[in-house]
Amino acid sequence: MPESQKSVGRRGFLKTAASSAAGIVTGAKPGSGHAAPDQDHQAIPSDLTLRVKALESLLVDKGLVDRVALDRIVDAFETKIGPRNGARVVARAWVDPAYKKRLLTDASTAMEELGFHRHQGEDIVALENTAKIHNLVVCTLCSCYPWPLLGLPPVWYKSAPYRSRAVIDPRGVLKEFGVDVDADLEVRVWDSTAEIRYLVIPERPAGSERLNEEALAALVTRDSMIGTARVRLDVTEVPA
Amino acid sequence: MNGVHDMGGMQNMGPIRHEPHEPTFHDRWEGRVYALSRVLRSRSGLWNLDAFRHGIEVLPPVDYLRMSYYERWFAWMLTTVVAAGDVTQTEIDSGTPAAGAPRMAVLVTPEAVSSMVDRRGSARRDVAVAPRFKSGQRVRARNIHPSGHTRLPRYVRAKSGVVILDRGVFLFPDTRAHLRGDKPQHLYSVRFSARELWGEQASRRDFIHLDMWDDYLEPA
Repeated sequence: MPESQKSVGRRGFLKTAASSAAGIVTGAKPGSGHAAPDQDHQAIPSDLTLRVKALESLLVDKGLVDRVALDRIVDAFETKIGPRNGARVVARAWVDPAYKKRLLTDASTAMEELGFHRHQGEDIVALENTAKIHNLVVCTLCSCYPWPLLGLPPVWYKSAPYRSRAVIDPRGVLKEFGVDVDADLEVRVWDSTAEIRYLVIPERPAGSERLNEEALAALVTRDSMIGTARVRLDVTEVPA
Repeated sequence: MNGVHDMGGMQNMGPIRHEPHEPTFHDRWEGRVYALSRVLRSRSGLWNLDAFRHGIEVLPPVDYLRMSYYERWFAWMLTTVVAAGDVTQTEIDSGTPAAGAPRMAVLVTPEAVSSMVDRRGSARRDVAVAPRFKSGQRVRARNIHPSGHTRLPRYVRAKSGVVILDRGVFLFPDTRAHLRGDKPQHLYSVRFSARELWGEQASRRDFIHLDMWDDYLEPA
C-alpha cells in the first residue's frame, strides 16, 4: 500500500476511535472481527484491529512506546503468567502442611518461596475450601484478580452476569458451574473491592494420596482457584 | 458514582458464558491494548490505577455495557493520552506526530519489561495511622453516594457486618482516583451475612466479605 494511503487510513481509524471514546455512535458491527463467539452480549466493531494499530503507530512515532516492549509484555502473559503458577502453589500446600500454614497466614511471602514475584500479588490472601466452607471470589466493581498466580482473568469473570450474581445468588452461580454445595455448607463470597487479591485453595480430591506434587498440580484448574469448580481426579486442564 | 459498573446484586444480566480453553487474548488487538496500557500506566499522575478504573466507569453507560472489556480500555486510553499531554487531539485526528514535535522519551524499553511485569506498586503504606475499628467489632457501611470514584458498592451501603481483620494501611481510592491525595487509612475485611444484604431469600449459610476502608464505615 502506498504511504499516502496508509496515513489516510490511519487517520480515518483514529478519528473513529476518538469519536467512539467521546461516546458518539459509530455504527458498530456486531460480532465481526472477533475470533470468539459473542461472550458478553457485546458488539465488537470490525475495525478495532486497525484502530488499535493506528494508536500504537502514533505512540511509536512519537517515541513514547517501543514496539518490542509491547511484544514482550504480550508474550509474558501468553506464555509465562498463568494458572499453572497458582496450581504449583496449591499442590505444594496439599503435600506440605507447614507450607499450607504459611500460605494461609502470609500468602505473598509463601508464593515467593516458589519463586513468584510480588506483582499484584503484593497482597494476596489464600482461602481454604474445606468440607464445611466453600469460598468464591468475584470483583463486582471491575475485574480484580490474582494475576501473578492465575494470569489475566477469563471473559466470564469480567462479565456482567458473573459480577452481578456472585454476591446475590452464589449457590445459583455455583450450580451453573456444575458445583453442588450442600445446604449446610457455608458459602463465603469474597468481593475484591480493594487491593487484596484472593486465591482459593481447593480441596484435595479423595483418591489422590499416591500422586506426587507435579501430578497434583496438573489436576488444579483455574476455576478451582476462583472457587467455581472442584478439583477432580479425572480432569486435567490443558495448559493455555 | 452509582454507575452501571457497580453490578453486585443486579439481575437479568443473562447466563454466565464459560469458554473452555479460553486464550489469554481473543484477538491480537486485545494484547496490544493490554500491553499499551501497562506501558502508559507505568507512570503516575493521570495514569494511576484508581484513576484508570474511574476512567472506565465514566464511559457512557450504554457504551460500558456494549463494549468488550479491552474495548473499554482502548476508549479510556484514547481520551487519556490527550488529557495527559502525550499526544494532541490534532495528532489523534491526523494519525501522525505534529511537524517538528520533539521526540519523546520511551516509557518502557524492551529490557525493562520483565522487571516492570514482575513489579507492581503496592497500595499498602507503612505509615502510622490510628485504626478507627478493631477486629470483632460490629460496623455499618455508611449510606453515602459519592459522585466520583468509590470502592464501596451500593449493595452493601447502610448494611451491618463484623470486622474480621484489620489488613493494615492502604491508599484511599476515592481521593486518589481524582488526584486529590492518598489519604492512607486502615482497610478491614468485613463480613456481612447474605440475609442482612438480601433478606429472607438468601441462605443463612452464605456470607459476603468485602475489603473496606475506614471512611466507608461507622460503628453499628
